[in-house]
Amino acid sequence: MTSTAETLEGGSKRRVRPRMVPLPLLLPALLGLAFLVVPLIALLVRTPWRTLPDQLTSPEVWDALRLSLLCATAATALSLVLGVPLAWLLARTDFPGRGLVRALVTLPLVLPPVVGGVALLLALGRNGVVGQWLDDWFGLTLPFTTAGVVVAETFVAMPFLVISVEGTLRAADPRYEEAATTLGASRFTAFRRVTLPLIAPGIAAGAVLAWARALGEFGATITFAGNFPGRTQTMPLSVYLALQSDPAAAIALSLVLLAVSITVLAALRDRWMATP
Amino acid sequence: MTRYARRSRRTAVQATGAGVAVLLLLSACSSSSDSETSTASDSSGSPKLSGTVTVFAAASLQESFTELGKQFEKEHPGTKVTFSFGGSDTLAANITGGAPADVFAAASPKTMAIVTDAKDTADTPVTFVRNQLEIATLPGNPDKISSLKDLGKSGLKVVLCDKTVPCGAAADKALTAAGLKVTPVSYEQDVKGALTKVELKEADAALVYRTDVKAAGDKVEGVDFPEAADAINDYPIALLKDAPNPDAAKAFMELVRSAEGQEVLTEAGFLKP
Repeated sequence: MTSTAETLEGGSKRRVRPRMVPLPLLLPALLGLAFLVVPLIALLVRTPWRTLPDQLTSPEVWDALRLSLLCATAATALSLVLGVPLAWLLARTDFPGRGLVRALVTLPLVLPPVVGGVALLLALGRNGVVGQWLDDWFGLTLPFTTAGVVVAETFVAMPFLVISVEGTLRAADPRYEEAATTLGASRFTAFRRVTLPLIAPGIAAGAVLAWARALGEFGATITFAGNFPGRTQTMPLSVYLALQSDPAAAIALSLVLLAVSITVLAALRDRWMATP
Repeated sequence: MTRYARRSRRTAVQATGAGVAVLLLLSACSSSSDSETSTASDSSGSPKLSGTVTVFAAASLQESFTELGKQFEKEHPGTKVTFSFGGSDTLAANITGGAPADVFAAASPKTMAIVTDAKDTADTPVTFVRNQLEIATLPGNPDKISSLKDLGKSGLKVVLCDKTVPCGAAADKALTAAGLKVTPVSYEQDVKGALTKVELKEADAALVYRTDVKAAGDKVEGVDFPEAADAINDYPIALLKDAPNPDAAKAFMELVRSAEGQEVLTEAGFLKP
């Protein structure tokens, strides 16, 4: 890729000197940066480093972390299975009311998670619109179970994946798929052998986003799946509860989540979000 | 001074001004002392109250305190009572964290102690009501729950409050006194959360207060049990040290402890202190 500076200079390698940053931009920019970074620094400053090993080796913390990682991963897998085809449908087919469907899919993105939890409870609860049939026919109840946590997390995380994959699909050239179908591949084969490898980075980025969102999910989980240590008490729930009784433990737990988030971000940067 | 420098100086000033304005706005939002409290004595000699009283109260007090708040506003025109209802431990943590409030009414001495230990109360907390546990079951009691022991039935979805919350601590006490071990499906944040799960028929039973069962009307059914007497909760109330409106706050606390206030509370199912 040639930059505009190069074309203007007729290809000569003259370095463009960076101009001074104007003060009216610099000040609010620094304020904004401080606003975002100071709380995280405060978390590190106030961490009870001396008692941290004891805090982190308590079985409750590991229970919550294990459950969090397990449920977030399961929710991401479920989002992939349901979300990628949905994204393909939105990007590659034209059906009446597609705009409305797209809006409905993105709704959980802007919906307050607690509202999502209430909606899930009324839909899939034991007495819910769909839930009562699940209960009658399969003896399946979702609230207060680990499966319920996965459902709640999927509900909030899947839209991230769908939107991310749909964007990638729109950016990808559909002619590859068309070429494959003219060469005799079925539409599904073309999707599997051509489109999927093409949009794999987009899917991966969307999956990581969804996973991170699922890991931090609080409102829908506590509303729909309740709070039971080892079964539905994920990390954010235990942070919230620990803050009431044992702030030091809450800080330690928050630190673990912060470390996980930073790791995710670092992984994302190296793989797909590196700016050239 | 070049024109460019002058202009950039001016924009810098503008930007700084904008930043200051934003900060001012933020600080205006964060301080809740929205009205001056004037205690100008009127002709009758009693101080005239005005402004907002902010009351942090346990979730179980929601119905009765809301009613008392309306009464208070009627008796003292120009005042406004705002409530924050929630789990007593959450409220206590908010107060010690610097939340601006005038009055704290907790559902147990233990949660009140969090605030008194942090030296955030202006006076010694006083017990103003007591509350007793009851089992809330689905309407018509389809699971035939008649005692605390029945909560241990297999296949029964029971909801308890988290042990950090007074109703959870009381439930724990009652169950221990009865020598029972009940494994719930969820430990809820506050008593209303536990009750709601039964109201929505997502759980079969919950250990909540008598007052909550009463407030829920016919959506749940209450079952009394003898062990409840071993775990009666005292509700303390206290004026907070940094109360923005202490005069009106004191008046509200007087109303709560007055005969008419107690009437509202016993009506809701509370026991006299």
